[in-house]
Amino acid sequence: MRAFKILLITFIFFTVPFKINSAEKVELLKTDWSFKGPLGKFDRSSLQRGYQVYTEVCAACHSMKYLNYRNLMEKGGPEFSEAQAKSIAASFEVTDGPNADGEMFSRPARLSDKFPMPYPNEKAAQAANGGAYPPDMSVLAKARKGGVDYLYSVLLGYTEPPAGVTLDEGVYYNKFMYGNKIKMPKVLEDDLIEYGDGTLATEEQMAKDVVTFLMWSAEPHLEARHKMGFRAIIYLTILTILVYFSMKKIWSRVESEV
Amino acid sequence: MSDHNYTPKSKFGKWFNDRLPLLSLANHLTDYPTPKNLNYWWTFGGILTFCLITQIVTGLTLAMHYIAHADMAFDSVEHIMRDVNYGWLIRYIHSNGASMFFLAVYIHIFRSLFYGSYKAPREIIWILGIIIYLLMMAAAFMGYVLPWGQMSFWGATVITNLFSAIPLVGEGIVTWLWGGYSVDNPTLTRFFTLHYLIPFLILGLVVLHIWALHVPGNNNPVGIDIKKPSKDTVPFHPYIVIKDTFALLMFMIIFAFFVFYSPNVLGHADNYIEANPMVTPAHIVPEWYLLPFYAILRSVPDKLLGVIAMLSAILILAALPWLDTSKIRSAVFRPLYRQFYWILVLDVLVLGYVGAMPAEGLYLLIARVATAYYFAHFLIILPLLGFKEKTLPLPFSISDPVLGGSANLSMAKSDKKEG
Repeated sequence: MRAFKILLITFIFFTVPFKINSAEKVELLKTDWSFKGPLGKFDRSSLQRGYQVYTEVCAACHSMKYLNYRNLMEKGGPEFSEAQAKSIAASFEVTDGPNADGEMFSRPARLSDKFPMPYPNEKAAQAANGGAYPPDMSVLAKARKGGVDYLYSVLLGYTEPPAGVTLDEGVYYNKFMYGNKIKMPKVLEDDLIEYGDGTLATEEQMAKDVVTFLMWSAEPHLEARHKMGFRAIIYLTILTILVYFSMKKIWSRVESEV
Repeated sequence: MSDHNYTPKSKFGKWFNDRLPLLSLANHLTDYPTPKNLNYWWTFGGILTFCLITQIVTGLTLAMHYIAHADMAFDSVEHIMRDVNYGWLIRYIHSNGASMFFLAVYIHIFRSLFYGSYKAPREIIWILGIIIYLLMMAAAFMGYVLPWGQMSFWGATVITNLFSAIPLVGEGIVTWLWGGYSVDNPTLTRFFTLHYLIPFLILGLVVLHIWALHVPGNNNPVGIDIKKPSKDTVPFHPYIVIKDTFALLMFMIIFAFFVFYSPNVLGHADNYIEANPMVTPAHIVPEWYLLPFYAILRSVPDKLLGVIAMLSAILILAALPWLDTSKIRSAVFRPLYRQFYWILVLDVLVLGYVGAMPAEGLYLLIARVATAYYFAHFLIILPLLGFKEKTLPLPFSISDPVLGGSANLSMAKSDKKEG
């Protein structure tokens, strides 16, 4: 009986890693994310650069419908100054109305406005992208298995298709994409944009910055969460120790062990 | 119990207590005699009460901001995560709280299985527990639908479709459950209503569960009745209260770790994609705590029989007090049962594991063997074991040495009944 038990345990310990390995045939690219770990925070300048990559590159096709311009100046985010956030917002036009005459009108965006949608509707987005719908990127970093590492890998994973793989018109080969076929072309090239802070805009740098920005947009309160968690766990640990000794004291009255 | 000879000291207290004996109840709860040898596996009752209250409080708060509408549910959850003050905290406590609740309930159930807590005179406590567990699964399943992500939508589609296996009326029942011809807004609103209702039903059943517990009193690790109340028991307060508090705090540290540092690790990434009836996810998997039953469902090739097998796997537990023919409660004194107990634990873990894997090839084979073993454990092994097993001698009482000191051991109980 004991042998059977051991056999089963061995079976579990050997199959679990085996399955995990076979499921992820390709090892995702890794980079050092500043927001990982119990006290992880976003790299402020990386977030600001990431916003620049988003707005100059990604925003042509991808919406971020849960972001408002005010978020850009909020604590724990890119933390642009209020003046900067206002001027960023003002550089976009939004449709408002109807006004007193019943007419819709255009005006510069304000802090309270949402990021504009690149296409009027989903069908228009598909029509412009060979039938594929560029997903909204607000929570994308949480919506893919592998999270930020996966997004980072896909951005850098464009290669020539291996021999024997033929691609249709408008389909690209990507080492890390599920099924390896992606309808988004490779967009990041070295020096594609010019960073405001003078950082060298390499492909890796842009990928890292924009994915950091996406992580923030998916988890805007990540820093507050990490900070509170650290305090909560320390508090609970101290309380646990105190309660442990109280328990020992109380139970010392009976000749039984706790 | 000791309630009868309790009289409040103050005049008002006496006046009030004669009309509504709340003070007697409080006195009963604090003085409640508890076996002094309860180990930490017994702290999960208190932990589960904490989980239920946490889920109700966070759930109420979420419901103030959530919008149960197919077009707005996903947006409203993001609104909670972004714009509601500490909304992210409340939601992560609630979503991880469900997992912690199930973790605790599984430990609670398996503790009961090990120490034979379901046996006479505690059958009603056990059956109430099984009903609570069933309601928990219903509440958790419907709760998972509410964020209206891809897994919400497709999980709801798969599970509600199970009812179509019922002959003749199946299709009609599914349409009735959905409130339409597919999972859609009417489904979401009724799931929200039921998700709100069920926790209060659970709360009521928990009261009955504890009430039924307080009639015979707690079982204990040696599984024998209390012989000398003064020596074998301690009052619930402060002894058990402080011990439960200590265990609860340790549990809360683990809970906090998930909430603050891995809030999404127990969920599925696809649920951050808004529900889309036109796109089916590659793998539709339920939450981890339902996986063993999902494996049983898929291990049967016929849909109807699969549903029956899955339901039986849970309902069979209700018959456990009568399937287990051994009069000895604790596995400590049942050397053979102890072995089979651990095999069952592994069997359920294996079922959970294959439940998360695609139902094909080797996984399907393992699922079938594990399913067969699960039923064999309850229907063949347990009934036979009561007659065949040579149990160890029981100690005379809780306060007498349990192991070692054989001079103090009384064999009075162990050979009471053999067939």
